Amino acid sequence: MEITANWYLILSAALFSIGAIGLLIRRNPLVMFMCVELMLNAVNLSFVAFGDRLGDIAGQVSVFFVLVVAAAEVVVGLALVVAISRRRATTTADDLSVLRG
Amino acid sequence: MIIQTLLAQQAPVEAIDTPAIDWAILAPLLIMSVGGILMLTFASILKTLSSSVWSIAATMISLATAITVIPLWMRVTDTENSATSTLANAVAFDGFSLFLTVVIALSVALSAMLADGYLKREGLEGPELYVLLMMSAAGGIIMAFANDLIVLFIGLEILSIAVYVLAAMHTRKLESQEAGIKYFVLGAFSSAFFLYGIAMIYGATGSTNLIDIKNFLAATVLDDDALLLAGFALMLVGLAFKVAAVPFHFWTPDVYQGAPSPVVAYMASAVKAAGFAAIIRVFVLTFEQYRTDWQPVVYVLAILSLLVGSFLAIVQTDVKRMLAYSSISHAGFILVGVQAATERGVAAVLFYLAVYSFMVIGSFGVLTVAGGTGDNAHSLDDYKGLSKRSPLLAFALMIFLFSQAGIPLTTGFFAKFGVISAAIDARSFWLAVVAMISAVVGAYLYLRVIVTMFFAEDDDSEEDGADGEATTAEPIDIPLGAGIAIAVCVLVTVVFGVWPGPIDDLAREAIPRLVAESAAVLQIGN
Repeated sequence: MEITANWYLILSAALFSIGAIGLLIRRNPLVMFMCVELMLNAVNLSFVAFGDRLGDIAGQVSVFFVLVVAAAEVVVGLALVVAISRRRATTTADDLSVLRG
Repeated sequence: MIIQTLLAQQAPVEAIDTPAIDWAILAPLLIMSVGGILMLTFASILKTLSSSVWSIAATMISLATAITVIPLWMRVTDTENSATSTLANAVAFDGFSLFLTVVIALSVALSAMLADGYLKREGLEGPELYVLLMMSAAGGIIMAFANDLIVLFIGLEILSIAVYVLAAMHTRKLESQEAGIKYFVLGAFSSAFFLYGIAMIYGATGSTNLIDIKNFLAATVLDDDALLLAGFALMLVGLAFKVAAVPFHFWTPDVYQGAPSPVVAYMASAVKAAGFAAIIRVFVLTFEQYRTDWQPVVYVLAILSLLVGSFLAIVQTDVKRMLAYSSISHAGFILVGVQAATERGVAAVLFYLAVYSFMVIGSFGVLTVAGGTGDNAHSLDDYKGLSKRSPLLAFALMIFLFSQAGIPLTTGFFAKFGVISAAIDARSFWLAVVAMISAVVGAYLYLRVIVTMFFAEDDDSEEDGADGEATTAEPIDIPLGAGIAIAVCVLVTVVFGVWPGPIDDLAREAIPRLVAESAAVLQIGN
């Protein structure tokens, strides 16, 4: 059986969904960041698969931009977690409940 | 040595064909971003300088950005067809992008003025806040200029990542950090959706460039447009999140309440403006042909934002939270103009964004000053008798709230009038009716705050006295920067509320266009 670009697209949709669901149901901020990364990398897979299907280099080029952005995002996210966990012993998303209304 | 040998071995390579760059078009962006980087560099060397210097510098750089736009604006409105693109069509040059650049730059200038007094009062360290504001604004300007979905994504991320940090800027306040992390997690989530949308549209059309996409869609009938429509939906989720439209608004109240007030002023003005810039350029302009597919979705988003924003604002007891919900309902109003998808609708949206920036920065400016040390005194009770403690602040807040309510003789009236009449023009009558109902409900909310400020008796100073600063008799000191910023906002809101002509004319001239760069421009660029 030949593996076409569509297989990769389905895989990427599955990974994206796992990331999205994980982000919504997991409570540990670090796992939540990993889920965001999973979502972004699922999109990267889509870009490459589409680029392959279209015979176009732009899809692969886009991936570089996304990688840079993802790295920058995680740097900021981890810094925020560190800043918060300095002030309190445990950091789960459920503890973040000062703001409500 | 090794490098030289390697170079000698290498066969002569052909020069890479780089795109022509029209540097003049990029000038506003360069001033803002290079200004931010330079400030960061100098700040790490000159540590002893007073933080007011950085505030003034940030204000000046932002004003310089806005002033650079003037000659560009002359150039673009000079003749009918002067809109163009540069950098291999990745950057658009039209009145629309310039107009929003000015809105964003002025937001930064006003927020920087507000931040000066805030930082001193809270005892926070220097220039990072200004640097991040300017970096974020550079991202916003990239979004206003973006003619390519990847460029748009980069702009969105530069804008957002800086704002995540800004929201958590008050390092000693748990609320601020919580706001930062909440905004970060949900923001990253929505960015991923936005990016997935870009991938889908790329897959469906074979390009990320808006001009190419539009040409492709005009020339081709897609057998199966499922991929394209999925792309629309995902991109709209990402952008609706950034502009805080219901049902993607859950972060807004928490973040607005927890983040430092000057930062909220910036978020409510510039971040919204940049988000709507993207929505208009991508949906109204590029996917004009598919408007019957996306218009109903925007219609629903607008109705939900209008209703949820104004009704939930009523039940709030915290003024910052209340204004957060009111900003959601303002997003609904702006979406009413977007939904019309006409030139008139776009002009109404631009007018709305421009005047709303001043009202909302003014409102949060007053909140910054009135909040007292710790930026905590924001419950409705804390605003009782504000008119006695500081008549000027209470008067300014009254003007801003009247304007947000859309009372005639303020800019807010013409803004609401513009979007609603654009909706009626586009025959969206029910949407217009809902918008008017929402305006009435909103008016109740704003009047409630005004009545509290002017007429409610400050029952006892004992309860407030715990913090020491909110006692009845004690007048509030208004820092100079914040005073100037609030005064400018009052002036704009009142003067252009009586005489909206100039802003309206500019908004009408600021038509978004998708024009590929011509050979002639390439020549000039080279």
